[in-house]
Amino acid sequence: MSDLLDTTGPFAIACARENPDFLGSFHTPLMPFALTPERDRELTEILTRYPTKMAACIPALHLCQDQLGWVSDEVITFVSTRLDLPPAHVKGVVTFYTLFNQHPVGKHQVWVCRTLPCALRGAGDVLHHCEKRLGIKPGETTSDGKITLRTAECLASCGTAPMIQVDKTYHENLTLPQVDAILDRLQKS
Amino acid sequence: MLKQTNYLTKVYGLPNGWTLPVYEREVRGYETAKRVLTTMAPADVVTEAKKANLRGRGGAGFPMGVKWSFMKPHPTKPAYLVINADEGEPGTHKDRTIMEENPHSVVEGCIIGCYAIGAHTAYIYVRDELHLSKERLWLAIHEAKAKGYLGKSPFGKAYPVEVVVHTGAGAYICGEETSLLNSLEGRRGEPRLKPPFPAQAGAFGCPTTVNNLETIAAVPTAFQIGCEEFSKLSAIHHLNDGGVRLFGVNGHVNRPGVFECAVGLTLRELIYDLGGGVSGGKALFCVIPGGSSTPLLRAEEVVHAPDEKSPLHAWHGKSVLDVPLGVDTFRNLGTMLGTCCATVLAEGTDPIAAFHNLMQFYRHESCGQCTPCREGSGWLFRIADKLMDGTCSMQELDSLHDIANNIMGNTICAFGEGTAMPALGFLKKFRKEFEAYVRGERSGKDARLTVAPLS
Ligand SMILES: Cc1cc2nc3c(=O)[nH]c(=O)nc-3n(C[C@H](O)[C@H](O)[C@H](O)COP(=O)(O)O)c2cc1C
Ligand code: SF4
Ligand code: FES
Repeated sequence: MSDLLDTTGPFAIACARENPDFLGSFHTPLMPFALTPERDRELTEILTRYPTKMAACIPALHLCQDQLGWVSDEVITFVSTRLDLPPAHVKGVVTFYTLFNQHPVGKHQVWVCRTLPCALRGAGDVLHHCEKRLGIKPGETTSDGKITLRTAECLASCGTAPMIQVDKTYHENLTLPQVDAILDRLQKS
Repeated sequence: MLKQTNYLTKVYGLPNGWTLPVYEREVRGYETAKRVLTTMAPADVVTEAKKANLRGRGGAGFPMGVKWSFMKPHPTKPAYLVINADEGEPGTHKDRTIMEENPHSVVEGCIIGCYAIGAHTAYIYVRDELHLSKERLWLAIHEAKAKGYLGKSPFGKAYPVEVVVHTGAGAYICGEETSLLNSLEGRRGEPRLKPPFPAQAGAFGCPTTVNNLETIAAVPTAFQIGCEEFSKLSAIHHLNDGGVRLFGVNGHVNRPGVFECAVGLTLRELIYDLGGGVSGGKALFCVIPGGSSTPLLRAEEVVHAPDEKSPLHAWHGKSVLDVPLGVDTFRNLGTMLGTCCATVLAEGTDPIAAFHNLMQFYRHESCGQCTPCREGSGWLFRIADKLMDGTCSMQELDSLHDIANNIMGNTICAFGEGTAMPALGFLKKFRKEFEAYVRGERSGKDARLTVAPLS
């Protein structure tokens, strides 16, 4: 799909200034995406659970994102071919759900729940602390590519607030020293 | 009426409490599903279920048995049971505990539910973030299958039942049942126009019942002790609000958490007896009774129900904190029971900052299909932002009412009301504070949401 992208517009030029290889990357053929055999078998099994192939769209995208870290155009092509769906359908799904990364993200994702019940128990302090320690704002990634900081809306953990989610794990009933310990571990990983 | 029970929560906290051997040992797990499938006809299961007065635990409080009775067999299409475990309503943290600590009650409930409504497949839609919940549900499904409780002939009965865990990808709106069905089908999670209702055309265009996860998890208990007995455990059984349920409490309390009690508990009991009182020994300021979409109650409010026919008449002149938490009682208080997980705000909390926080949530989560909701939620948030900055004018403050009122009743799904109602609640109950912000007497700079800074 990359040939559909305008490589001469102001956005592409701005990107090329940041990264001289940017335009070049459009002229080298892109690696098609494929799931590892193990994940592909899992997808085959998932397909047996539903009366339609379309129903496997979100699970399939999760499998791809687990592998690649984000949903690239090649992933969209893969899913649409594998499930017989128009690419536009898959793209529409990807853009609807906040958990699909439409750009590469850090090695670890730190989600700080900011919604009222957590805020009442100190989520604001947790977020400020993370921003200060990492030197980034929500939505940004540390320069070493290790940590992407994000805010989350209520994660069903209000009874054990404040909390953060790191990748697939919840950390609840947090104090600031505990937040420090978690970030230390991630930075060393 | 404070009556703690442990039907759903008996296995909570036990070593391996989420596994089949513990479930069978502690609560005679799956005996009920076996009895129902092998001795009762599906129609009788529905009739019996109605007696439980089990009001849906997902927020709207619709009677479960009545919902089941809407399912009519279709000549060609299969039927589906879909379990809503999207749990995204801010302040709600109960379904997650069931999935993590007692997943077998969900699977057993699904077997009974499928049989009652004529379905052979149950999809449990779990929000993606809850990885441990999904893992425990799958484990429970595999354990039950290995024992022959699920599959081609559960308990030897020729009535196949499969249970499948499905996951979303982070969208609060997917908790709305028709949005959830679209998401299950692999589409964008945009709510559908009703009718048709899910019972006519739900998942994959087939007749479908959507039940909240706690609703279905309570089914084995109701049938085990008898649906009528189950209903009578409640202090407001006479208001057709029966059984036991999970009550959550969070925010400014000393012991936040989830507790199982008979229906009919009061907010005072929830906050002071179970929640350990308001943090820092502060006075109670206000309570959001059942998730952020339910309009708040101020601590000093008193019930006004002089009419003898009102379900609230018995509490006329008493504090709202002493009204039993029930679907109809709370509707008559001008709010809603919602998910029955209360958020507590202590004296000293800034209501405008709380309003701002919630409006940010709704602005973020509107699916964008309906103009009044998409634009209205954005507008509400922008004005909230201006209030916090000290740049909001009196006209803009007044326009908040119009914006919220224009959302009400003009949208495809109830997200619109869920945004407008709490906004109007804040405006009505904190008009003085809103005006103080406009006049510059207070500002977002010194707004506080916490009782004490986190250390
Ligand atoms: C915006 C919105 C979000 C909702 N979120 C949830 C949810 O997270 N979990 C849930 O069970 N019900 C949720 N509901 C209610 C469902 O639409 C539906 O009424 C419920 O799942 C039915 O189950 P019940 O009758 O057992 O309560 C939501 C409704 C709306 C309008
Ligand atoms: S009311 Fe809001 S959330 Fe519901 S369908 Fe309309 S725009 Fe979407
Ligand atoms: S508000 Fe943070 S988990 Fe609910």
